[in-house]
Amino acid sequence: MSPTIVLTVAIGGLVATGVYLLTSRHLTRVVLGVVVAGNGVNLLIIAAAGRAGRAPVLDPDGEITLETAAESSDPLPQALVLTAIVITFAVTAFLLAMAYRTSRIEGTRGDDVVRDTSPQGRSRGEAAPPGESTDSADSSDGPASSRQQRGAPRGAGGPVLGAGNRPASSAADGEAG
Amino acid sequence: MRVLLPLAVLLPVLGAALTLALGSHPVAQRWVSVAALSGVTATAAALLFGAATDGPQSVVLGAWPAGVGISLVADRLSALMLLTSSVVTLSVMLFSVGQGSTGDTERTPVSIYHPTFLTLSAGVSIAFLAGDLFNLYVGFEVLLVSSYVLLTLGGTAARVRAGMTYVVVSIVSSLLFLTGLGLVYAATGTVSMADLPGRLSGLPLAVAVGLQLVLLLAFGLKAAAFPLSGWLPDSYPTAAAPVAAVFAGLLTKVGVYAIFRTQTVLFGGVESAAVTTGLVVVAIMTMLVGILGAIAQNDLKRLMSFTLVSHIGYMLFGVALGTVEALGAAVFYAVHHILVQTALFLVVGLVERAAGTTSLRRLGGLGGAAPGIALLFLLPALNLAGIPPFSGFIGKLALLRAGAEEGGFAAWALVVAGVVTSLLTLYAISRAWAATFWSGRATRLDPEVSPETAAARAHRVPPAMVAAATGVVVVVTALTLVAGPLLDLADGAAADTLDVQQYSSVVGGLDTPPADGSGGTDSGEKAP
Repeated sequence: MSPTIVLTVAIGGLVATGVYLLTSRHLTRVVLGVVVAGNGVNLLIIAAAGRAGRAPVLDPDGEITLETAAESSDPLPQALVLTAIVITFAVTAFLLAMAYRTSRIEGTRGDDVVRDTSPQGRSRGEAAPPGESTDSADSSDGPASSRQQRGAPRGAGGPVLGAGNRPASSAADGEAG
Repeated sequence: MRVLLPLAVLLPVLGAALTLALGSHPVAQRWVSVAALSGVTATAAALLFGAATDGPQSVVLGAWPAGVGISLVADRLSALMLLTSSVVTLSVMLFSVGQGSTGDTERTPVSIYHPTFLTLSAGVSIAFLAGDLFNLYVGFEVLLVSSYVLLTLGGTAARVRAGMTYVVVSIVSSLLFLTGLGLVYAATGTVSMADLPGRLSGLPLAVAVGLQLVLLLAFGLKAAAFPLSGWLPDSYPTAAAPVAAVFAGLLTKVGVYAIFRTQTVLFGGVESAAVTTGLVVVAIMTMLVGILGAIAQNDLKRLMSFTLVSHIGYMLFGVALGTVEALGAAVFYAVHHILVQTALFLVVGLVERAAGTTSLRRLGGLGGAAPGIALLFLLPALNLAGIPPFSGFIGKLALLRAGAEEGGFAAWALVVAGVVTSLLTLYAISRAWAATFWSGRATRLDPEVSPETAAARAHRVPPAMVAAATGVVVVVTALTLVAGPLLDLADGAAADTLDVQQYSSVVGGLDTPPADGSGGTDSGEKAP
């Protein structure tokens, strides 16, 4: 294969930008980073096909020889990249939904920054599981930990499937209090 | 037997479509899910039988000529992993059915759970049966996207927070995989696992090792190998009990399976001492750092997640050594580990249901209130730690023996790390068991949250959940009884993966003429 310098630079630039955005604490930037880096990698697959030729489909009447094959594009990477683009698209949609959900839950601050959880909860090796019954000794310190406990379902049965399937407003209400 | 191959993927996909349509009929959903997963289990058993008696099976979808279409392959490794994973998905489905048919979940049924779970199962099947790298990628994506949904089910603050980490990390690993795929195609012009071994070994060593490292990085992230394992203990404990159980059993092991294939089929012809040394270091660090993390935990679910990471190291142990015995032992260990981790996570789910918490500082005295759960926890826990009669011991022994036979500094370092990890696992597990079941004080709960005592709750654990968890524990314990034949089968699976020639001829690439009766349609005409 012989990729052009333009494609190579574009791939490098896109992936570098994407990785830089992924390191951010702003969820919006993380989503954009995924999109940009994903497209960079998709471009890499296109570049892997080698030089751009005429068309990926051969003339059905024409005979397939080495010459005609050399003049047509390699169809396989185009098929692969189509799949990859669809997957990137679907995952991006899911990420956006999650970022939106996060901003609804943590929304009182009016931004999309992911903050550290309370060091008290983490350093003791405790999970912050849904259904973890609140214990005043644990949750008294720090606003972050109490928020997490409130957001978790308080059902009696632990992390029951769907026990946390409450509308977003109730989680927001719990937090506002 | 070949016609059965697509069934392992088709059944769960059709089941997922049906359960999605039956969203408002939870009872019908359960029947469809259980039927589909039972079908997959039966298919996998038949495939394993076929692969063990007639050798690897392959089918090219859509009757394309070999090397052009999408091929599914079941050698002994694929079929064994598929059978184990389908047993796990079926048991976990029964567990969640038992959980869902009682109590408060009845009022808030999650209609999306069944379709997503079945899609996850389909993704696992695709990944295990994939005959080319790109299909492996597609299988990974199908199971990962399903796992995103399952992990964040309900969308509570804790789950969305943990889910965000999990999703972003998984996406990064998928992008790495895709990068590796693009580079492999650029270097070799194929993604078929039949053609890749020959073409990869023809590349300059530096290029081949570079490709190998990109793929190992992507799969290591999925398998939670040491420096790339930080995401796992933060995300799994927040998931619902059955979801955590199926994740713990399957997802990381699909990554391990991919590492298996990379190291044996794809890059078996690429000799690089640096990569082997790197794998040895990663295996040792995964085992030790994981288990030291487990000792520091005060929460049962987080503790289990750390032991999960730690024991991934044992499978990397076998891959790093790379001999038939070591690989066979690693395959055996993978089968054992899938089942034992699922069993433990299911039992932790029972503990949580019975006691209302998984914090070791609040749990206590559950042995008196629920002796059955105590026993159900103890058996797989001892098994995990590698106490003699159990399969965990046999797997570890086989690995250690392979290490001792190999000799040399690296192999002995692996052996020592394996023994130390086993002992530390015993310590971590027995500490957890003693705190949960043995200690004199009763479980302390916030009376405002749960007015009943733990003893009263323990009697309300749905029998169906206990039955499903018991089923997995029985299967794990029974592995001990069939350990001999299973170890032979695992050795055969390892031999299958190392026999690249046979694999290529069965899958049927462009470079290799198709073998009789498999893949190609024109093999008869070509005969002189």
